Amino acid sequence: MVSFELSDEQRMVQETVASFARDQMEPLMRESEESGAVPDEVIAKGWELGLLGGCIPEEYEGFGEGLSALTSVIALEELGSGDLAMALHLMSPTVLAYAVMDQGTEEQKKSYLPRFCGEEFTPAACALVEPRYDFCPSALTTTAEREYDEYVLNGRKCLVALARESDLMMAFAATQPGMGFAGVDAFIIPRDTKGVEIGEREKNMGVNALATYPVTFKDCRVPVSAKLGGEEGCDYLRLLSRCRLGLAALAVGMGKRAVQHSRDYARDRVAFGEPIGSRQAIAFMLAEMAIEVDATRLLTWEAAWRCDKGIDFCKEAALAKNYAADMAMMVGDRSVQIMGGHGYIRENPVELWFRNARGLAAFEGMVMV
Amino acid sequence: MIDFELSPKIRATKNMVHMFAENAIRPIAREYDEKEHEKPWELFKMVQKVMGSMMGGGLGGGEAKEEKPEGGEKKPRETNLMTAVTVEEIFWGDAGIALSFPGGGLGGAAVQASGTPEQREKFLARFSGEEPCWGAMAITEPEAGSDTANIKTTAVLDGDEWVLNGEKIFVTSGKSALEDSKGFVVVWATVDRSAGRAGIKPFIVEHGTPGMQITKIEDKMGIRCSDTVSLSFMDCRIPKENILGSPEVMDKTKTEGFKKVMATFDATRPMVAAMAIGVGRAALDFIKEALAEQGVEIRYGISPNRMTVLEREIMQMEADLKAARLLTWRAVWMLDNGERNDLQASMAKAKAGAAVTRITQKAVELMGPLGYSRECMLEKWMRDSKINDIFEGTGQIQLLITARRLLDFGRDQLK
Ligand SMILES: Cc1cc2nc3c(=O)[nH]c(=O)nc-3n(C[C@H](O)[C@H](O)[C@H](O)COP(=O)(O)OP(=O)(O)OC[C@H]3O[C@@H](n4cnc5c(N)ncnc54)[C@H](O)[C@@H]3O)c2cc1C
Repeated sequence: MVSFELSDEQRMVQETVASFARDQMEPLMRESEESGAVPDEVIAKGWELGLLGGCIPEEYEGFGEGLSALTSVIALEELGSGDLAMALHLMSPTVLAYAVMDQGTEEQKKSYLPRFCGEEFTPAACALVEPRYDFCPSALTTTAEREYDEYVLNGRKCLVALARESDLMMAFAATQPGMGFAGVDAFIIPRDTKGVEIGEREKNMGVNALATYPVTFKDCRVPVSAKLGGEEGCDYLRLLSRCRLGLAALAVGMGKRAVQHSRDYARDRVAFGEPIGSRQAIAFMLAEMAIEVDATRLLTWEAAWRCDKGIDFCKEAALAKNYAADMAMMVGDRSVQIMGGHGYIRENPVELWFRNARGLAAFEGMVMV
Repeated sequence: MIDFELSPKIRATKNMVHMFAENAIRPIAREYDEKEHEKPWELFKMVQKVMGSMMGGGLGGGEAKEEKPEGGEKKPRETNLMTAVTVEEIFWGDAGIALSFPGGGLGGAAVQASGTPEQREKFLARFSGEEPCWGAMAITEPEAGSDTANIKTTAVLDGDEWVLNGEKIFVTSGKSALEDSKGFVVVWATVDRSAGRAGIKPFIVEHGTPGMQITKIEDKMGIRCSDTVSLSFMDCRIPKENILGSPEVMDKTKTEGFKKVMATFDATRPMVAAMAIGVGRAALDFIKEALAEQGVEIRYGISPNRMTVLEREIMQMEADLKAARLLTWRAVWMLDNGERNDLQASMAKAKAGAAVTRITQKAVELMGPLGYSRECMLEKWMRDSKINDIFEGTGQIQLLITARRLLDFGRDQLK
């Protein structure tokens, strides 16, 4: 039966994360963007929320009941309303951890999951995006060739968040090039493996508090056991789709915050003797922003709900993510426009949302639900 | 718990209605577009037989908030969701025919929502009778469309009767209600122009009331099966008790009456959104099938910068349609749960009206010269869908309502 009501647990998660975003993340957003680092206290306090450990079952030393895409999406929306870079930093281990939980062999679960259940934040990297204008996740140019009981990885990656800070990285590579999504596998690779070269920290248009790096694999040899899911490999499109839901949810959170901010400003700012919100040119922009944020949230919820229900959700996740990226750009742009010249000044948050929004379209991977 | 699965009951109805739309409505859709002012009587008689007993207030009427149940026990209701889902299916069949289905329409919905028990009894029973019967609502005037508060039609109490004078235009199903059946029209008139909004009251005028005349039947771009008429009122006398709603409605100092009928829109606007979605889905289904026949594959999941223009358009159409549907379901779900939904209803209608107008236009465009041909249904859907961005509050009016609620601005602060 159709319902739009959160469960008690989801409401609790939502409230907890929302107040964390408001009280801990947002006040430090500008400072961390300018200094290029997510403050330690945000990471420590964020980790205390137990969002990740709360999903890992007890048998792997977690304290959770398992994954719910919907609950993750609800939590990520709130984190996204705080700050995108901090959210991506804090949730960076999700790609590796959730992928292992979802599709790892028993051995992989046993050896990797417990490390994300400790008291200290444990980052993990995700190497998926490649530095090419025509990058497409269904046509990776990074390859993994089988040689006896090893795989040999070759190729270049970029936007690998926390590559240097993480002990482990999940790398996606084509084991059967030309086979599209079906030809890609995931490998769990320790940072100090021979053939892994982590480059200089990247400089991007936005999310500057998040440390991202280019990574090159040069005849990087990993044992067959490093392949996610063992001999059979993994369902890459499913993993990718779970990541897309995460990015869509972050976009919704950011969009929601930008709408609130624009709304408050449109009420307060006076021009020609009236609040600017009294003019339809501004008011209608605002109305459309709000409609699109809600539309994206519902598309994301629906796809996540399908995922939890065990119904195919890959198409829905892709549609939601692309829709979210367009929405974020539109909302980011308009929130700058509504502030006029003040929106262009770095003292105000809107220009950062605008720059971050562009990232949401370019990113793949990075966070998972 | 968040859930997007329709209940078995709604699903079963949806399937049944879809089959009906596919087999009984779609095949004659073109015919009744070309014939313009004719009705598919056979179909309507059948519809009346089957649905009359079920529908009561009528299709597209929706159902307004129910009073809080006694004892506080909240039973899950899904009447409005059921209507929204059904409306989408029927309009998938054909918008013109579906809009002309017998039933109370907006007039019926207003009586249902704000009539006294006696009025409901007296005026709504006819819609579940043997013969097709229609209700209509007349707000719009030549000089007052979006600006409903500016209507000039007057109602003056003379003894036991109200005397109506004025002119109404664009009354959907006006001919069906007043000429083709024993229906009625809910007419908005002012009892005191100086009282503004508070002076505007709804009145029920029966078919055949002397002094009321159909003066024009419009020729339209789309939804041609549906009749749209002008009505003139010249010393049209109706019984005193035909003012819609409880006695307080008569009070010139209160906007109660105006507000209550306006609240009908909280129920009907999502239904207009559902109508739009039905037409949009028809166009999208069509274009996807046509592409599949040509062996064109839509590669979901690839990067946007790798998509063809065609793929991008189709995916956007699909996402827009789904977003509109989810916003609509949310609005009706809130209504079913007794929550205030005026904001969400306007958001849904704004989104659906704009999205579907665009979707149907794109569908025509993507089919090239074939899309423009009357041999193919796409051009018809493009004409039909546009009305959803106009009636029951234009897209701009929906944005206005949405923005006022967001900004917490009154109508004087945001015009
Ligand atoms: C086929 C059809 C069926 C209809 N059925 C019915 C019916 O059954 N009963 C009934 O009463 N009416 C009915 N209508 C009337 C319909 O509701 C009105 O046409 C509609 O509300 C717009 O009013 P208008 O045509 O006077 O346009 P106007 O109000 O003159 O609007 C013209 C343009 O100005 C814009 N505009 C107006 N005010 C504002 C504002 N404050 N801010 C920004 N933009 C604004 C509008 O969005 C529109 O784009 C029907 C109309 C049609 C075409």
